[in-house]
Amino acid sequence: MLTNQEVAEALLEKFGDQVFDFEEPYGLLTLSTTREEILSILGFLRDHKTYQVIFMTDLCGIHYPDNQGKEFQVVYHLHSFIHNFRLRIKVSLAESDLHIPTATGLFACANWMERETYDFYGILFDGHPNLVRILNIEEMDYFPMRKEYPMEDATREDKTDALFGR
Amino acid sequence: MADIELLPHNVPSQTELPELVEELTTLNLGPTHPATHGIFQNILKMDGEKIVSGEQTIGYIHRAFEKIAERRPFYQITTLTDRMNYCSSPINNLGWHMTVEKLLGVEVPKRAQYIRVIMMELARITDHIICNSILGVDTGAFTGFLYVMQKREEVYEIYEEVCGARLTTNMGRLGGMERDLSNTAIRKIHEFIKSFPAVLRELEKLLNRNRIFMDRTINVGPISAERALSYGFTGPNLRAAGIDYDVRVMNPYSSYQDFEFDVPIGQSGDTFDRYMVRNEEMWQSLKIVEQAINNLPEGPYYADAPEYYLPPKDEVYRNMEALIYHFKIVMGEIDAPAGEVYHAVEGGNGELGFYLISDGGRAPYRLHFRRPSFIYYQAYPEMCKGSTLSDAILTMSSLNVIAGELDA
Repeated sequence: MLTNQEVAEALLEKFGDQVFDFEEPYGLLTLSTTREEILSILGFLRDHKTYQVIFMTDLCGIHYPDNQGKEFQVVYHLHSFIHNFRLRIKVSLAESDLHIPTATGLFACANWMERETYDFYGILFDGHPNLVRILNIEEMDYFPMRKEYPMEDATREDKTDALFGR
Repeated sequence: MADIELLPHNVPSQTELPELVEELTTLNLGPTHPATHGIFQNILKMDGEKIVSGEQTIGYIHRAFEKIAERRPFYQITTLTDRMNYCSSPINNLGWHMTVEKLLGVEVPKRAQYIRVIMMELARITDHIICNSILGVDTGAFTGFLYVMQKREEVYEIYEEVCGARLTTNMGRLGGMERDLSNTAIRKIHEFIKSFPAVLRELEKLLNRNRIFMDRTINVGPISAERALSYGFTGPNLRAAGIDYDVRVMNPYSSYQDFEFDVPIGQSGDTFDRYMVRNEEMWQSLKIVEQAINNLPEGPYYADAPEYYLPPKDEVYRNMEALIYHFKIVMGEIDAPAGEVYHAVEGGNGELGFYLISDGGRAPYRLHFRRPSFIYYQAYPEMCKGSTLSDAILTMSSLNVIAGELDA
């Protein structure tokens, strides 16, 4: 049975201060890294003899418009079936430079998930074989999941719900 | 009659035959083609009857659920989830409730957990009978489909009895179920347990050892375990490739550890194995439903979490606190604690995950659905490469790609 502590220590030993912000929300090991190291960490965990984190469960983006210099995050959820061990890795990106290397070389399933993340947030996955929009139309000229696009038409006055704290 | 001069210019002489140019045919499968069972497009490059490559276009029914969810209070997101995999909506609904309960730290009573297990396993049965019987239809056996459709109807009647709806169920509430199992519902579940095996056996008799069906499905659209893992396969499709990963066993939720059931696996990951795994899973689901209904614990069917669970109506009229909570819950004024949680349930097609980030407000800051169909459908061109079109249809059918889940 793998513990969060064990994996965290192994990652710290291997990558030093390139892995940081260790957390355990609801028991799930969460850590951050930089985009320079993300592929080596994914590769290290996948090819590790005992950990065998061979499954990428999920990949998605998040937008934090108020975090200066770290406006966007790419979140990887990984899973090791053999130990039933999950972990979450986050990479923060600045809005001015939304580049991150693609994980398609390590996990085939990253292909569409990265396209989806690009489609919604405009995060550019360098080296991706086919980085085009996937769910929205290709003519779309904005990235709809960013927080600056409100759900409802902001100019409409009949729909304000100020009374209830929206 | 005027002379008509017949010019032989269209007939090339033997000596100057033009060189044969090999050309690939482009074939459009979808977006609305009855064989795709949903709205998505495959642009196939065909060399005669063989598929050389394929490119998929999806997103035709994209409804921006993740964006909508960022404005909605937690309980209103339930109605979004059941529009994803609409063949097994209760699993989506209850999976979502469990995610929020995990965030809130609400402990659900045993009885509610068992009721949820019953509903989720019935949903799995409906999901699988659709997939398997449609696979029969695609190979040319229409009859079996009609037999099992009747049973799905009976499950829908159970849904109706439990939550009032049939397809988009909106079942359960944060903290439990909306009402206890009625006597009618219990009777209908027992009736279903009694009558379903005969029907399923009939479908099995029709297909399992049918020469034509076997010829059409064995070695069609195979995928190796390694590729399946790399492509993020989960659920019956992964198990057909030989990996015994089942969220219900590995990370038991909602008291799945109390039940005894097997996880069937296949070997070659082909269409026949996928069919057989789903077939066996229906028996296992039935077994779970039977165990759950026979050992249904007594007790409340909702958690003691007045802030999140709508109080009984008569309480609202008599009790001040109940009135306040009723108002706050209905208006969506319940703040969730800040936190981030990933919760996965075993959906009809595999690991259905909810990645929820709350900033302490009334609505999620970010909600991401891990939709199994979306992730494994990208393997489709690789799986049908080199096969004929008719086999590619079966591969797609046996993958059970649900358009609602694909696009979210």
